[in-house]
Amino acid sequence: MVSIPFPVVRPLKPVGIWGWLTTIDHKKIGVLYGTTAFILFLTGGVEALLIRLQLAIPNNTLVAPEVYNQLFTMHGTTMIFLAIMPLGAAFFNFVIPLQIGARDVAFPRLNAFSFWTFLAGAIILKMSWVLGGAPNAGWFGYAPITGKIFNLGHGIDFWIVGLQVLGVASLAAAFNFIVTIVNMRAPGMTLMRMPIFTWMTLITSILLVLAFPVITVALIELMFDRTFGTVFFVTSGGGDPLLWQHLFWVFGHPEVYILILPAMGIISEIIPTFSRKPIFGYNVVVLSGVIIGFLGWMVWSHHMFTVGLGPIANSIFAITTMLIAIPTGVKIFNWIATLWKGSIDLKSPMLYSIGFIVLFVIGGLSGTMHSSAASDAQQQDTYFIVAHIHYVLFGGSLFAIFAGIHYWFPKVTGRLMNELSGRISFLLLFVGMNITFFPMHFLGLDGMPRRTYTYSSEMGWDLWNLVATLGVFFIIAAVLLFLHNVTRSWRKGEKADSDPWDGRTLEWSIPSPVPEYNFVEIPIVKSRDDFWEKKRSGDTSEIELNLREPTGDIHLPQPSYWPAFASLGMLIGGFGLVYLLDSMLGLLAAVVGGMIIMISIYAWSFEPVNDPDVSGHH
Amino acid sequence: MANLNTTHSEHEEHTTTGLNNRKMLMWAFLGSDCMFFAALIATYVIYSGQIVGGGPVPEDVFSIPVTSVSTFVLLMSSMSMVLAYSALVRGQIKNFQIWILSTAFLGMTFIGFQVFEFRDFVLHGLTPKTNLFGSTFFVLTGFHGAHVTLGIIWLLSLYFFSLRGGVTPERHLDVDLAALYWHFVDVVWIVIFTVVYLLGVFPGI
Ligand code: HEM
Ligand SMILES: [Cu+2]
Repeated sequence: MVSIPFPVVRPLKPVGIWGWLTTIDHKKIGVLYGTTAFILFLTGGVEALLIRLQLAIPNNTLVAPEVYNQLFTMHGTTMIFLAIMPLGAAFFNFVIPLQIGARDVAFPRLNAFSFWTFLAGAIILKMSWVLGGAPNAGWFGYAPITGKIFNLGHGIDFWIVGLQVLGVASLAAAFNFIVTIVNMRAPGMTLMRMPIFTWMTLITSILLVLAFPVITVALIELMFDRTFGTVFFVTSGGGDPLLWQHLFWVFGHPEVYILILPAMGIISEIIPTFSRKPIFGYNVVVLSGVIIGFLGWMVWSHHMFTVGLGPIANSIFAITTMLIAIPTGVKIFNWIATLWKGSIDLKSPMLYSIGFIVLFVIGGLSGTMHSSAASDAQQQDTYFIVAHIHYVLFGGSLFAIFAGIHYWFPKVTGRLMNELSGRISFLLLFVGMNITFFPMHFLGLDGMPRRTYTYSSEMGWDLWNLVATLGVFFIIAAVLLFLHNVTRSWRKGEKADSDPWDGRTLEWSIPSPVPEYNFVEIPIVKSRDDFWEKKRSGDTSEIELNLREPTGDIHLPQPSYWPAFASLGMLIGGFGLVYLLDSMLGLLAAVVGGMIIMISIYAWSFEPVNDPDVSGHH
Repeated sequence: MANLNTTHSEHEEHTTTGLNNRKMLMWAFLGSDCMFFAALIATYVIYSGQIVGGGPVPEDVFSIPVTSVSTFVLLMSSMSMVLAYSALVRGQIKNFQIWILSTAFLGMTFIGFQVFEFRDFVLHGLTPKTNLFGSTFFVLTGFHGAHVTLGIIWLLSLYFFSLRGGVTPERHLDVDLAALYWHFVDVVWIVIFTVVYLLGVFPGI
């Protein structure tokens, strides 16, 4: 229904590096997001490795204490904002338009802008290492240690500006995916026929749109304190450090669901596919996702049980936190029930998904333990929390991301990943992850504080610290093997056909790798798991059509320079903001950056709808 | 290989819900902006009355009559925005230009009032550094002012674009989006005026 019959050839098709810089193709942007975020994930891993080496033995002095503070701050910030979130965005980009039967996202240029702005934010944050010191106040940057009195250097400024720029990128992407999912679905794809991954992306995007402004305000206030002398968090002026904690966690708790809901979506695609049966209780999975998104706003003070909010507030937040475990547990039962009596095929995506369930349950259980305020009083700020966050983020989000990479790799590259190598790296990662993080439960209950530079032998923490550090080498081996598998399979892997896993959703109905226009003919969706049903019913005419070359002409959005140029403005302006008060150069950079952004926005909105040569034919 | 024609999918007539994509984007953005102002206003409210280290308090500096006038001006700008839009859809480009220009002019008047007010407060010894009232007041109203300023630039761009024939009844959405934004910023000001000014001076009500 969408192929439009005018015989127009596109002029000017940028190639090579320009092709990537100007691309607005959601698939290419997905690949850009994925590779960039994975490289940043590796840098976060190096930071973690240094943390673990420092803690391997008591009284160690491998890194200086000041550097140690920077390491754990950058590790947490990197993993959350530069690795897990953008890896999720890589999947949104590549998968969502294909799953809903669209040619692209609603705003392709805005999408490119999201990626380049994410890159700008990452550069600003990471450059702090070489420009006089990284931020050092933890990934949650508690006041008042982020204040000018305690933190004179520019580390915190890089952190503030970097996060603001990343916020712009995330918000732009979230707006885009909300509109795309609500408005660009193929005919017949009602809300309750959408794949679960699409559903979870929608909920995640809504959470993002509502949560990021809150941290934006907190960061603005902090920036004004540091740069213009306001007293929002300055205790001598009456400022209350607790306000920072409230603002941060009002954002921060929805943020953890922003990190885990896409993962749950990925798992909910893979488990039915490799069990060869539909997901158990689709409605319940969707509904529990919605409830999680809703309750996620009412639990933030469980991060503040020990600051003295009083018994009433603590009890209320303890109860809401326990409540939120219910929809989470429901989902786990849905996945298990999907496996139940399925014809299970233990390929690597499925192994990672089952790993996810196991590890996420452990993380969920320790989380439920500290949902009780009394019990949390023992656990707050100890390694028990570190164990918890890694079971949910590493065992949860990251395992799901690995599952997703193995699952959609053939769709991206047209080649299969090596299965044996995939299984070995899964095993190494699973074992290494448990050796590293399980002992942290013991350490935490033994009272070892987190964010601690070192410890003495009398504390009795030597053994489990050493074990935890040894586990890291399994993780390193797993990641190296995975990288080898990806790079090798990309070039030499076995060729994959359009539907290597006997898939259920629309992306498997089109060729691998996906042609630029995605669908020759936009499918008419008649049921949930439409592709699977069509394969089973023998109604394959539409499917065959989509595997052929298109005959008519297909409208595609046109490449543009402006998104990347606008992001360049964000980069320059961002550095300007960091150095605003230091020299005229800072001010100048801020102004130049702002001007580049303005020019790009104008050029962008006046960019012709069609290429000049094209428009004549309308 | 087939010919791949390139146009904006942004102008797609057909969407799942029938709502225009750009309009939905605007609504999503405004939802986000609501949370932005909610967090700023919450900061103001939480800190209100907590003056440490002296300096002026709201009663010392606010002049309700003056701010009521500027609030009225901003309200009138919303009305002239409505008139601009309705002139456009009826195809009266000349009237559209008059009304959009007067909307921008009323917006600038509001900003003029704000500049005057800020200057006056500074003369009374209230700066962002003075105390929590200064910090929260200037940052909240300053960011609102920045929103109004962006809106003015947008309205003026539409005006100049219309001189070149770029604004037509068929492309009324371009103006509709600006109007949506403008009304939103206006509503936010009503909240700020009530919470910050009125409750600041008459805490009893
Ligand atoms: C998906 C991957 C990962 C994520 C999302 C992640 C996330 C985090 C976060 C948010 C923190 C808290 C930082 C803070 O409180 O300031 C943290 C701390 C920590 N992470 Fe990770 N992490 C990941 C992988 C790893 C790996 C592979 C290791 C070990 C090699 C590791 C070791 C640590 C340690 C030791 C700390 C505690 C530092 C301290 O508080 O003293 N993490 N991580
Ligand atoms: Cu939480």
